[in-house]
Amino acid sequence: MSPVARLLAHRLGMSLIVLVGVSILIFAIARIIPGDPARIALGPNATPEQVENLRQALHLDQNIVVQYGYFVADLLRGDLGVSLYTNRPVTADIAQFLPATLELVIAAGIMMIGIGLPLGIISARYRGRWPDNLIRLVSLLGVSAPSFVWAVIFMLLFAFYLPLFPIAGRISDIYSIEAVTGFLLIDTLIAGDMRAFGNAAWHIILPAFALSVSGIGQAARLTRANMVETYDKPFIEMARSYGFADRRIANRFAFRPSLIPSLTIIGLDFAAMLGNAFLVEAVFAWPGLSRYGVAVILRKDLNAIVGTVLIISATFLIMNIIVDLLIAFINPRIRHSQRPA
Amino acid sequence: MKRTIAILLANPLSLLGVILVSIVVFSAIFADFIVPFPEHRGAVVDFANFNKGPEWPYIFGTDLVGRDMFSRIVYAYRISLMLGIVVLAIAVPIGVTVGLVAGYIGGWTEYVLMRITDVFLSIPPLVLAMSIMGVLEPTLLNGMMAVTAMWWPWYTRLVYNLTRAEKEEGYVLAAEVIGASKLHVIFGEILPNCVPAVITKMTLDLGFVIIIASSLSFLGLGVQPPTPDLGSMVADGAKYLPDSWWLTVFPGLAILIAVFGFNLIGDALREILGADQ
Repeated sequence: MSPVARLLAHRLGMSLIVLVGVSILIFAIARIIPGDPARIALGPNATPEQVENLRQALHLDQNIVVQYGYFVADLLRGDLGVSLYTNRPVTADIAQFLPATLELVIAAGIMMIGIGLPLGIISARYRGRWPDNLIRLVSLLGVSAPSFVWAVIFMLLFAFYLPLFPIAGRISDIYSIEAVTGFLLIDTLIAGDMRAFGNAAWHIILPAFALSVSGIGQAARLTRANMVETYDKPFIEMARSYGFADRRIANRFAFRPSLIPSLTIIGLDFAAMLGNAFLVEAVFAWPGLSRYGVAVILRKDLNAIVGTVLIISATFLIMNIIVDLLIAFINPRIRHSQRPA
Repeated sequence: MKRTIAILLANPLSLLGVILVSIVVFSAIFADFIVPFPEHRGAVVDFANFNKGPEWPYIFGTDLVGRDMFSRIVYAYRISLMLGIVVLAIAVPIGVTVGLVAGYIGGWTEYVLMRITDVFLSIPPLVLAMSIMGVLEPTLLNGMMAVTAMWWPWYTRLVYNLTRAEKEEGYVLAAEVIGASKLHVIFGEILPNCVPAVITKMTLDLGFVIIIASSLSFLGLGVQPPTPDLGSMVADGAKYLPDSWWLTVFPGLAILIAVFGFNLIGDALREILGADQ
């Protein structure tokens, strides 16, 4: 097995253990609910028999270990139960809402890397001079407010006062795009409708940017910190005395070794963005998991809460595995390693 | 300690942080004497003055039932800070202890404790707090519990990594050789060397707790009305953009200023104490 494949196997196994733990944790949280979920679901007018029937159907009358057993058995068949809020299978609900959220998070992630890393490089290269001070100040401001505050401020500035971007939604109503993947930016391309693609891209810029602001700040700060450390190493001194241009030293010699620790943290930032997407979606009326998640939480819809959190955690674990693999490809010490990972 | 404070006050940025945090803390403590309308923190209506833009005596405007935004923001600071302090007071000792034990004892203890930590860390923080808030009634106390539940693992990870590095150091070996108990080595020898890193993280985290708590209440899962809260103020005001902009902009900036202040100090502390992970 190649070192990268071995790492993948190791990480998948680890993630599976963690996912089982997550399912137990979430299941436990959902069952400490005060009040009877069956009663809440049916409303105050239900008869005691109706409540009792639903309790039996949901296995709420059994002890908690048996309930978890039923839950895992269903889960393995890809069944997360029925949402008491929408009366549809939880998997169907999530399949409908998750792509919009993922599209937003991935767009924000691309902005985080595409803007944050270059800012960090510039900052480190001009260490102690005005570009460095400016970038440090801006990135610290960026991490100092929750994404909903940025969302509201950007909306006010760039959608109301300067009407550059749309105020809400994923795409204008005039376009009807057949849902294939659920990712509008991909579906519009499949449909071959470039105007619709442009429209969807235009809609996603502002929410994705609001979501990525603190990630950009985080990425810039980390890259700078790592690069500043690298700059003190002798091989940079040597590159300088060979007469390489500052730009080349920054982009090649100092940046590359600093990329690995930055990427690790960027993986963690994805987790934060999956959660923060709820906030941005609420501001921009983005039809993602947010409204569904908040609605099911307020209604104490057990199956839907457990399902949503489980899917989000699984998504996060998958994203982290991807980041780890990326690092393995970048890092020659892992790529060419002969030792077990 | 004296030296640390002197350096903090000498650097213009960290001085700004100290000033911002002092203003926030001072106004939160003495809210009753500062704000023009102390009664507006509760369920008061004054329809004669509803939805007014910033004008004297309402420097930040009034909300939709005529309450002074400035008064409510200052009282919201009080609740945010209290929440932050309580959360850290519970989460830090738990997280630090688990990290120390896992890092020092090793073996199965380490494996089990760190996998449990991983479980908590692999649920996005806000989502974990949301689901806890969802099953509990949305009150201030439960909000603190929800945020605490997601906060301790970060300290576990920090202290775990520090402990693993420290336990190979000479002073730990020396203590072990003269027969010191595990308890003494962990809390008497290793813990004091983790304190600078923990304090730095706590300063930064006071800001982040404010962010998470306001995010929860922004979604309607935190502190409930009429208690003033920065997150729910932004959520309520967002429906009235762009006309009543003061309903969202001022509470939003209030969050930014407080968190920015804590971050400036935290950053400076990190450099002074050399407490990088």
